[in-house]
Amino acid sequence: MSKQPVQSALAIEQPDTPTRRSKLLSLRIELDPSRKESPWWMTIVSILLALVFCGIFIAANGMNPITVYSKMITGAFGTSFGITETLVKSIPLLLCGIGVAIAYRISVWNIGAEGQFLAGAMAATAVTVYFSNMPVYLVIPAMVVFSILGGGIWGLLTAIPRTYFQVNELITSLMLNYVALLALNYFVFGPWKDPKGFNFPGTPVFTDAQSLPVLGDTRLHLGLVFAIVAVLLYAFLMKYTRWGYELRLIGANPEAAKNAGIKISRHILLVMLISGGMAGLAGMAEVSGVTHRLMYGISPGYGYTAIIVAWLAKLNPLGLVVSSFLFGGLIVGGFSVQTIGLPSSISSMIQGAILFFLIAGSMASKFRIRRNA
Amino acid sequence: MLETYSVEMQRIVKQFGSVVANDQVDFKAKAGEIHALLGENGAGKSTMMCMLSGVYRPTSGEIYIQGEKVKIRSPKDAMKLGIGMVFQNFRLVQTLTAAENIILGEKSSFWRGPGWMKKKQEEIEAIAVKFGLTFPVDRPIWQLSVGEQQRVEIVKTLYRGADLIILDEPTSVLTPGEAEQLFVTLAQMKAEGKTVMITTHKLKEVMAISDSISIMRKGKLTHTMMKTETNERELARLMVGKELTVQKPLASRPKGKPLLIVDQLDVYADHGRKALNQMEFQVHEGEIVGVAGVAGNGQKELAEVLTGLRAWRKGSITFNGSPLKNASVRGAIEARIAHVPENRMKSGLAGSLGIVDNLLFKSYRTSDRSRFGFLRSRANRSWSQSLVEQFDVKTPGLDAPVRQLSGGNQQKLLFAREVEQDPLFMVAVHPTQGLDVGATEGVHRLLTEMRGQGKSILLISEDLDEVMQLSDRILVIYNGRMVGELARGEATREQIGLYMAGVRETDDTEEEKVV
Repeated sequence: MSKQPVQSALAIEQPDTPTRRSKLLSLRIELDPSRKESPWWMTIVSILLALVFCGIFIAANGMNPITVYSKMITGAFGTSFGITETLVKSIPLLLCGIGVAIAYRISVWNIGAEGQFLAGAMAATAVTVYFSNMPVYLVIPAMVVFSILGGGIWGLLTAIPRTYFQVNELITSLMLNYVALLALNYFVFGPWKDPKGFNFPGTPVFTDAQSLPVLGDTRLHLGLVFAIVAVLLYAFLMKYTRWGYELRLIGANPEAAKNAGIKISRHILLVMLISGGMAGLAGMAEVSGVTHRLMYGISPGYGYTAIIVAWLAKLNPLGLVVSSFLFGGLIVGGFSVQTIGLPSSISSMIQGAILFFLIAGSMASKFRIRRNA
Repeated sequence: MLETYSVEMQRIVKQFGSVVANDQVDFKAKAGEIHALLGENGAGKSTMMCMLSGVYRPTSGEIYIQGEKVKIRSPKDAMKLGIGMVFQNFRLVQTLTAAENIILGEKSSFWRGPGWMKKKQEEIEAIAVKFGLTFPVDRPIWQLSVGEQQRVEIVKTLYRGADLIILDEPTSVLTPGEAEQLFVTLAQMKAEGKTVMITTHKLKEVMAISDSISIMRKGKLTHTMMKTETNERELARLMVGKELTVQKPLASRPKGKPLLIVDQLDVYADHGRKALNQMEFQVHEGEIVGVAGVAGNGQKELAEVLTGLRAWRKGSITFNGSPLKNASVRGAIEARIAHVPENRMKSGLAGSLGIVDNLLFKSYRTSDRSRFGFLRSRANRSWSQSLVEQFDVKTPGLDAPVRQLSGGNQQKLLFAREVEQDPLFMVAVHPTQGLDVGATEGVHRLLTEMRGQGKSILLISEDLDEVMQLSDRILVIYNGRMVGELARGEATREQIGLYMAGVRETDDTEEEKVV
């Protein structure tokens, strides 16, 4: 008779722990209810496994994976140009990452950062299109405010049905990404198209007043400051305020939060406003700081990558900074391997593999292996 | 063995860690009988049935089916042996049709050919009609009523060829009319030579339909008898046990003025069922009022209404001289109503958060704990530290996730938080569930201490010993009403048991009118 795994008295009503038997090795894999979170090294193991996995495909392309990875690393972090480029890419990732992380904190699965990013970019561009006579010192602040509102409202479009009609936010937020993308295409191919742009699908190039200041002759722009301020605020609000406490409580146990008199639906609305707002701000930083115009194909999927960034960071502020920097590097590194004949989409593959192994790892660490008695 | 029983369990023991859920249980049932298993919640009925249906495996002991010794390792094994179980919470796929649910898991060839499903449906319908179980076979489950879903579950067991059908609390979800219909079905199954086992705590039903009755109490099977040998009163007495509760004398207190007045309260449960029906009672200052009753008679809803988690439709609650706000948790907290919820880890504590965060639950809005929207972190830590010391919570540190604490320490932490609010009134639901003897005693001491300070407590518990030991008054809840009130000292287990079973008066001639 097999011995019962350790069970608390509370577990009485639960069926026996599911076990899977392997007769060959006489090992037993079983669910360990005491393990809720994966250990810290699981993250590193996941990344390494993802690199090994992608290495197979690189090798299949006739390349040495080690060479390719080292090329990527030197491309992204090896030169000062590489580092500033990596930082440029990590700005939208960090802002969007904060946005999704704050939603994930209360178990609202916002995967619409991409759409909220585009909505923010459009809102910021609307300022340049419709208020071109604005006093110079007001332009950037107005663009910031508009982009946050634009992204935030895009987020609310998901939050309102979720709160009032129990509509699954995964579906609405994802679908709204395509709506935002098509809206953007409409504007850049239609009313906002630069009349002097030789039919290029984009708005006229922003004036200096409409562009974020950059550092020296690099492409590194003021958006970095936005992102750092945002992550500090995120860390501070979560830890030291009543509001942050309420969010933590909802995230940890919504049932208990109700017992503490917290109205969860109101929090979902506010959090999605902020979540979308952060992604929207990222959109503004991108158009105003990097591309200097709204154009077709503005985002290479920052909003989606941000989901992986937030997951890798386990929603932790410092983790967000580190993982957005790493993923920024991954994008830049992907470009640098193009010179040796690999497509830059190698970085998308690595991104996907990392997320896959992260999730697999967190599932796997809920189990333990035992020798059969 | 002279007679072959369709099922026989010998010296079955089931342990969960250190908790013994079934202790040396001997049980037999014959073919062609309806055998009722009677007992309070937590008596071990469900555990026993789960061992028959392969959900649990016994720690020791033997099971014989048709006289042959068997090992039931999984629900699949049970199915092969002709054992089918209808769980209290149905195991149905909401989006599949009734017929699809019934044939789910059945092996069939990849290409089934046209008209296959039609044939299956007819097959199922034939079984259903034979046993008087009608439901639309081609409709998805979510469109069926609860009663119909239960019928699907029953037909599922029959379709798979079960000879022993186990039903766990089958009538708890049914309307009286549906229950009547179920009984007809059960009688039909019996006539077909099947063995039917049901668990219940409704004595009337037991007397109405069963042939044999087994009574479980605290993990042991204490009595088995034929229905003809017994009556409701005896069953009630056996179910609650007869050992004397040692009543420690409570310091007597003059009766205070009424603190909580519940008047004509109507409350509906989640699925629209009326959970509290014209509920009326009072709680005075400085008394512990115990609420005894079989689970599911409105205790949960009562606790939720008093703590602002659920709205009431009709009636009023007056607390401390002013009306209580309907469905406002914050209103209840501000009125100084404390709450020890039924399942501390489910709704009382946040397992992944530390001690400080869990202590802040109710007080984080007060000026001592936060100012201008900012938490006073340093003050909160030292405040938490002092509470941990005062209530003797054993913890590796203030930041340790509370799920790592033992059940007793979790409960101490919860009490620390609630008592710290300086409540006037506490709703304590199963406050000692799952705690060991020492921790239970600690909780009891805390409750009596609160009473000593003039605070009132509504103690909702299924542990009759606990209720009898601690309460100044005992109210018995049945079908959403308080059907009996007994003062401390004059309450006997037998009397409480009868009230709990819905037998209104001790006089047998006066039949209850509420159903």
